[in-house]
Amino acid sequence: MACFIVPAAEAVITAIAGKIVRSKESVKEPLEVKLDGNKAETLEKVPFSRKLGWLNNMLWGGSALLAFEHLWHGEIIPHFPFLTAAGNAADTAEMLNEMSTVGVAMAVLVTAVWACMVGVTAAAEKKASKAESCVVGEEEQ
Amino acid sequence: MTLLVTVFAAIISTIIWYMNAPKSKMKLGSLCLMYWGASLMWFVDALFEYAKLGSGYFTPAPAEMLNDFYLGLSVAALGLIIWLVIVLIKDPKGVIKATLFKKVTTEGEA
Repeated sequence: MACFIVPAAEAVITAIAGKIVRSKESVKEPLEVKLDGNKAETLEKVPFSRKLGWLNNMLWGGSALLAFEHLWHGEIIPHFPFLTAAGNAADTAEMLNEMSTVGVAMAVLVTAVWACMVGVTAAAEKKASKAESCVVGEEEQ
Repeated sequence: MTLLVTVFAAIISTIIWYMNAPKSKMKLGSLCLMYWGASLMWFVDALFEYAKLGSGYFTPAPAEMLNDFYLGLSVAALGLIIWLVIVLIKDPKGVIKATLFKKVTTEGEA
């Protein structure tokens, strides 16, 4: 009915948070990584604002495509109140119930998958910096 | 069916992104994330529907299936249109700028 509104609302929050974080990020952390297994290259660590951008893309994209599905099924109309379920009290109650269950579950799952992506990225960065310190240690010996 | 079409779109776009990363400037990552976000949301929708319908969820009426397939294809097309708009607005390769604004030649250069 209108489950996409919950992830869309989260997308607005993450977009604002991303802008704030980006304005505060100034120094990019260097990270030495062996890309092809031989030659070490100095790359930048993925800034948190970019990681937030991943969540933002998933939430905006998903919400937009889901909104299209609702349009397809006639649940969104181009005039007030824009949602057919908002026409009467019984449908509105059902819509709010769906938003609080399906909508919240959608937002939680997308955020959980994003958290996994961030975790994997952090682990990869940690592994790369560990390998870098080993290389430096060997060179010092 | 819509979930299935979107998941396939996400998988194909991710494979194309992986083949061209990290040098590609075509913003394919945005397209992948958009499809994956939609796939996850439809997955949740499917879980709730399965909880309601039970095994009947897997045996939809042919007309309903065809409608959902059309919807899936339309969603995939809309995703591509959104991605195309992002690429044209951000113009990562500078193609639009190069097309719209021609370099002014000075007398020395000519």
